[in-house]
Amino acid sequence: MREVAILGVAMTRFGISEKTNLEMFTEAGIEAIRKSNLEPKDIQALFFGNCLGAFEEGQLHMAPFAHAELGLPISAPATRFESACATATVAIRHAALLVGAGVYDIAIAGGTERAAKMGTPLATRTFAMASQAQHESSAGITFPGVFAMAAHMYAEKYKVDLPVLKKHMAEVAVKNHYHGARNPKAHFQKEIEVQTVLGSMMVADPLQLFDCCPFSDGAAAVVIAEAGKAKELIAKPVFIAGMGQASCGPLYLQKDITRVRAREEAIRQAYAEAGIGPDDVDVMELHDCFTIAEILAIESFGLYEFGKGYDAASRGETRLGGKVVVNPSGGLKAKGHPIGATGAAQVTEIVEQLRGESGVRQVEGARVGLVDTLGGDLGTVCDIILRS
Amino acid sequence: MEYPIPYREYQEKIAQGEFVGMQCRQCGSITFPPMAVCCDCSGSVLTPVSLSGKGRLRTFTVVRVAPEGKKPPYIVAMVELEEGPFVMGNLIDVNPDQTTMALMGKSVRLGSRLVEGDTYSGGDLCSLTFSIVE
Repeated sequence: MREVAILGVAMTRFGISEKTNLEMFTEAGIEAIRKSNLEPKDIQALFFGNCLGAFEEGQLHMAPFAHAELGLPISAPATRFESACATATVAIRHAALLVGAGVYDIAIAGGTERAAKMGTPLATRTFAMASQAQHESSAGITFPGVFAMAAHMYAEKYKVDLPVLKKHMAEVAVKNHYHGARNPKAHFQKEIEVQTVLGSMMVADPLQLFDCCPFSDGAAAVVIAEAGKAKELIAKPVFIAGMGQASCGPLYLQKDITRVRAREEAIRQAYAEAGIGPDDVDVMELHDCFTIAEILAIESFGLYEFGKGYDAASRGETRLGGKVVVNPSGGLKAKGHPIGATGAAQVTEIVEQLRGESGVRQVEGARVGLVDTLGGDLGTVCDIILRS
Repeated sequence: MEYPIPYREYQEKIAQGEFVGMQCRQCGSITFPPMAVCCDCSGSVLTPVSLSGKGRLRTFTVVRVAPEGKKPPYIVAMVELEEGPFVMGNLIDVNPDQTTMALMGKSVRLGSRLVEGDTYSGGDLCSLTFSIVE
């Protein structure tokens, strides 16, 4: 495989938008191409992420329309990816694999989503479509419900009193809002306190509103090229050091849902390819769709023993200035979660961190970063390790 | 090959209180709801086997913000059946507003109920229910 690098990265502001999926993706895509010192005609393939366009806008087969909006040549195939919340990361990984394999030299990947546009009842219904329809959605499970069940199982398995666990979970939200308040692209740019979380409405016991990421609108895109080409084009390419992706069945087949088996395999692949371990990572953007999800993730990465990571945020270890900074962008919790775009926004944050371009959110001296995105009820995880 | 117990047949069976899993000839694990391959070892020689319908509640949540068309609050739970499989369904006969961690590990009996389909569900569905056994 050839070495692969990331060139230009861009994202729209996440939040509530009146723009269409295509308009948002065009803004991110054209900015990413310009920052790469390229023209649209130089792009050889589009790896396009979108999950719920059919429900958001009555739009299927959005990839070729995005291709036209970006002005890509007819020879550049545009393909849509859907892996629930991990959509864009999976699209980026496949772009990187095909560039690495020599099929393309330069590609663009990313995604767009208008999740807020649907309103809460339809958005909750469509997100639940990423659970198994016959044996899970039939029981009325929701995404907060999936992670709520993981939180209860965690408390029981590791004998942590639920009120204690909930206070530490709230600290994850407080930390990610602290980061989001420093990100001009974030959906929520406001700091909160533990009491903001514990006083908010119950969504799926024990998860309260501020344990949950929002439904957001937004888009993000990244340009990927063979490393030699990248060095010719821009001053600071960021290199893909390792990647991993794994799949697991419906939640009921996973049994112990305090352990995300797809993540444990994905990160094993990524660490092995990069030749590094958890202590080598300086900054990470991981899948904090719910506060408990961040706790499960840092344990899967080997940063903490299983059952011991729940108070990492309370101890300040994952905050800016801490031992490993987790979600400096604000994460899904504060930056927002337009599901088809999320992975590309995570890559955008890590690339900017490794280039030293993150301003007040900069993790000093960051050289190795990790992107982690989870799709569905723990069914897909895709991890990408980047280095400067 | 032909799918061993298709969803329609599964629905009819659980509606009658009949819970049939697929036992793997290779490793002995039981896959339920039924699939064509073993959920543990992917073996494809499986024999139908009747399950006791008894299990223990391993986790739960109370859904208070529901998908379009569902009326909250209701309890979704995962149960470990006596024979090994985990299943997802609804804990019934318990007030959603009076749930506590004391529910964890409770013995339950499996049942089922018909769930009216919506625009997207491909017709009505049958979902599993759990009742606490005192």
